[in-house]
Formats: sequence, C-alpha cells, structure tokens
Amino acid sequence: MEELTYREAVARGIAQEMARDQSVVFLGEDIASAGGVFKTTGGLLERFGPKRVRDTPISEQAIVGAAVGAAMTGLRPIAEIMFSDFLAVCWDIVANEMAKMRYMTNGQVTMPVVIRTANGAGSRFGAQHSQSVENWAMMVPGLKVVAPSTPADVIGLLAAAVRDPDPVLFFEHKSLYGTKGLVPEDTLVDQLGKAKVLRQGSDVTLAALAAMVPRALAAAERLASEHGVSATVVDVRSLVPLDTATLLREIQHTGRLVTIEENPRLCGWGAEIVSIAAHEIFYSLDGPALRITTPHLPLPSADNLEDAVLPTVDRIVKEIVETFD
Amino acid sequence: MSQAQASRAAGDSNPDRATRLKLYRTMLEVRLVEKRAYDLFMQNLIKGTSHLALGQEAIAAGFGVAMRRDDYTFCTYRGHAHTLVRGASMVGVLGELMGRECGLMAGKGGSMHLTSAEHGALGSYAIVGAHLPIAAGAAWSAQYRGTEQVAVCFFGDGATNIGAFHEALNLAAVWKLPVVFVCENNLYMEYTPIGAVTAVPHPAADRAAAYGLDSIIVDGNDVDAVYAVAMRTLARARAGEGPSLVEAKTYRHSGHSRADPGKYRPTPEVEAWMKRDPLPTYRHRLLELAIPDAELAAIEGDVRARVDAATEAARKSPPPPVELAFTQVWADGGFAWRN
Repeated sequence: MEELTYREAVARGIAQEMARDQSVVFLGEDIASAGGVFKTTGGLLERFGPKRVRDTPISEQAIVGAAVGAAMTGLRPIAEIMFSDFLAVCWDIVANEMAKMRYMTNGQVTMPVVIRTANGAGSRFGAQHSQSVENWAMMVPGLKVVAPSTPADVIGLLAAAVRDPDPVLFFEHKSLYGTKGLVPEDTLVDQLGKAKVLRQGSDVTLAALAAMVPRALAAAERLASEHGVSATVVDVRSLVPLDTATLLREIQHTGRLVTIEENPRLCGWGAEIVSIAAHEIFYSLDGPALRITTPHLPLPSADNLEDAVLPTVDRIVKEIVETFD
Repeated sequence: MSQAQASRAAGDSNPDRATRLKLYRTMLEVRLVEKRAYDLFMQNLIKGTSHLALGQEAIAAGFGVAMRRDDYTFCTYRGHAHTLVRGASMVGVLGELMGRECGLMAGKGGSMHLTSAEHGALGSYAIVGAHLPIAAGAAWSAQYRGTEQVAVCFFGDGATNIGAFHEALNLAAVWKLPVVFVCENNLYMEYTPIGAVTAVPHPAADRAAAYGLDSIIVDGNDVDAVYAVAMRTLARARAGEGPSLVEAKTYRHSGHSRADPGKYRPTPEVEAWMKRDPLPTYRHRLLELAIPDAELAAIEGDVRARVDAATEAARKSPPPPVELAFTQVWADGGFAWRN
C-alpha cells in the first residue's frame, strides 16, 4: 500500500486504464499541457502523448459530443468537464443523446463514455462553481452516476467506469482533492453499484456521499462519544446503479435512516432512498427518516455563509440528536 | 473494379453512366419512400410526426453514392433519405415509421431517430445541432484509428445559428478531422425564412471563413453537382486535409413537418422551385445524354415495385412486443437501476 492524495488518484486511475487499453482516450480543457486546473491530470500527456491526451477549446458541447461520437465508433473516451456546474451547457448531449442512444436504437450502439467532473462546495467559489449536481444526472434514465469519497475509490471506481459499456458520470469532489488515503500499488478495479459500510453501529444508519462521507464519520464519532448514539455509516458511492440491498439491510439493522446530502433540498438522492425504505421496510423503521441537506438555495461565497448552509459535522450531530429526544 | 469505383479512383467528378443511373435510382428510392410515408400518414398508419425530404433528394443521393461503405452518416430528424441511401432497407424504414417489429429499431426510435449502425448510418438527431459535435467525435475516432473513414454530417439551415454548430466546426478545424458538414439550406428554419433570422446571406458558407474553411455553395437540386462536391470533400477528408463545410441550396416540397402545410411560402417561390424538382430535371438530363427512356422506365418500375413490397411487408409486421419497452437502456440489455 502507499499513501496518495485523492487528486493523485485521479491521474493514477486514468493512467492505469490508458496503459491497459489503447482505445482509452482523454480530452478536456487544460487537461494536457497544464495538467488540469485542479492538478488532477499531470503527467498524462508526457506518458501517453498528444494523440491520446487532448486539450480542447472551451466548448463543452464539442467535448462531450466528441466523446459520444468516438464511443459510438470504437473508442472508450474519458471527457473532463472542469466544473460540474458546466454540465448545464452540454446537458443536451449528456441527457438527450448520450443517455438515450442505446435505447432509441434498440441496442445498435454502445456508449462507453466516462465524464469526469469536479463537483461540490467548500472552496468559496460561489453559486456557479460549487454545486452538487449528481441528482441532475440521477434523474436521467440511461446514465450511471458515481461519486467516490477516498483515493482508493477514485482509482477503483474510475477503472470500473472506464471498463463499463454504458455512460458514467464520475463526480469527483473538489474539496476532497487534497485528502489522503492508502491505495494498493497494483491494478485496482472496483465495481459500480456497490455501497460500502464504513462503520457498523446499532442505533442509526447514516447514508452519505462524497464529501459528506468524512463528515458522517466524524459525526458518528461524536454521536458515540458525546451522546451515546451508535451509528452505522454507509458510503453510497454509486447512485445509479443504487445498492439498495446494502442500504436496506443496514437501515433494517438499526431501525433508523439519516441521509446526509450536500445537494439543495428538493429531489436529492436521499429522498429516493427514504422513499424506497418507507415503501419496502416500513415496519422495520423505529422512527422518522431524516434528510440533512443544504437548504434549497444557491450557494453563497463568503466563508461563514457557505459554512452556514452546508451540512457541517455540528449540524449533522445536532439534527440526529434531536430525533432521539 | 466497377465503373463507378474506377471513376472515383481517377478523381473524375463528372459521373460515368453507371454512377448517373445509380444517382437517379437512389433519388427515386428516396422520393417514392417519402411519398409512401406521406400516404401512410394520411391513412393513419404512421403516427407521431415526420419530416419529409421531398425535393431534397439530390443531396442525400449525391453524397450517399459518393461515400465509402464504411463511412459514417449523421443526420437530422429529416433523415429518412440519408438512412435509406446508406443501404438501410425500405421495410426497416417504413416499419420504423409505422411502429412495427420489423422497423430498424423495432419501433423504439420512430421517424426522428432512424439509425442503421450496420450501414454506417449512426443516427438521426432530433435536437437541432446536437449531432455536429458527435460527427466530429466519430471523425476523431477514425483519425485516431487511422482508418481513413469519413463522417458526413447533414443538418438544416436553422442549425447554423445554434452553439453546437460553431463548437463542432471549430474543433473539427483545429483537430483537422475527417468530417464533411453539409448544410441543406431549404430557405426555411421551420416556418421562418432563414434570411430573416441570420446575420449573413449564406448561413453556412458565410461562416466557413471563421473556421479557416473554404466557402462552398452547391446547387442542392443538381445531383451531379452534389456528387462532385461530395467526391472532392470526401477525398480531402480521407487525405488528412481536414473538414469541409458545404452549403447545398435546396427547397422542400412540403411543409416543415406533418403538421405544417407550408402556407407561409409565397406561391411564385414554390412554383419556381417545383420547376427545379431534382428528379424530373435529372431524368431529362439523362435522356439528353442518350440514356434510353426504357432503361429509366425499368428503374422506375423496379423501385416502385420494391416500395410496394416493402410497404406490404411493413403492414404485415406485428407491433413490437410490449416487453421491448423495458430493454436496452444498458448494455446488459435491461433497465435496472438498483439491485
């Protein structure tokens, strides 16, 4: 094992797959010579050359469109959309073309595209560079949606996404880029559609995603030490496919469900999990389900304002403790 | 090597006899299938919408005959013609329009999404402009794989005012991609004259300079002229010299879609263009070139019989099984989003 940052894991994962398969190509803005605006893709140009690692103009429709056309004709492109907010300017290609092509053609074309993008808040970038937009993607039939929380998951899930024959939106969390974790030195390939149980408890099950995972773990520590509440923490990791088997099993085990979502309130992924639990394991629940989210707001920029709206460890602990009162 | 191939290899832009007959037959196939589609609408055997290429056949035929078998076609919701000319079966096209199991996509796509991947017809796109960057991507793939395949992308005049047009043209030019962009300028962006909403007189050709490309305008109702431009631009792309942007002037005989009688077009304009109908004018030229009337009549009889047979076969085909609605979201064939 060796210690890598989440940022370094991105380049490691891409390199692992490009070295394995000549059909894997990589394109995006500032990804080649500059090594990525988040410094996630350094060294790839030098290692794999300008034919496979290509800088593009600021043309998100051209980036994703080129990836789609290349995927339909035998390549396995990885496209970077610098900030996930920018998905809005190429959403037609993502939601109308890439997602629906296989279905509309009754399986005549295959769409092995991965769109990597920097998602989420915490960097004080304001309302157009901080959103958590994984739910936009989750709502579109035909898209797979992944959001890793650790360096090992970045590599393993990215490899799984590249090898998957269907389009995958891969949401990296920009506030996790500097975080560190242990990763195996050999090839790492994970599986889409598998949640991970990070901590086992007996009173409440916390389901979290991406940057909310470390906050959920920290909250679980404080719930145990300060309030005598024993929490399970599940890293959802994959929204589509969704590992409802693991989630429902862990919710049944504790009898309580809390989702911890960075997204604004309405139509968050947590609402889907709450709905499934309410329908399928209603009689195993010992109390009301709780969704902890960002309020239904655009994100503000100033430190104290952004901190005030995102789910913090303090707020997570407080809201959970209240449900036990 | 066939005459047509020999002519192509020699770079001869004046089509030989066999090629001319093929161009005529191809235009006629499109014309008669489109007319049949219209009739089937009137009989309520085709639902939804449909955008016919009546009057625009010379563009599809000129390029279709010039293209290599493994080239890629990307077209729009007005795409029956472009799909047929690549070799997709008439029964597959008519069956898809009628929502039958024999359709190219077994009824899952419909008129606006005709696709026949085995023939290189990689989709009809119903969001204006969306397929230009996708065609550039297929061309990038061909360039990367070194196959000398070319992607040909057809779109209407209206698409020249959408962002994807400009993003795709720029990327294709910067990366020198083997793609030919073909604007079928039929003078109307849906119901509005394109000139009324566009800053330049030639919506595609006048934009070419912005991407370092030649301004190419062709008479889209003259199939020989379209064929010549197709040969030239395809050869350029195949030789690694980069993309082309072609503006083909044409006119649709019917309205924008099934719902549109096209009343907004002045009668003298319609009459003038009907006199330039690509089929009778080309038939006349072939007769002048001493091709016997009987030979043309034989082609016409054959195409008519094939369209009739395809119609009958499509009518007899059952609707797709309902279970089909729940397939092919994913490559595993299913649509499961959870375990």
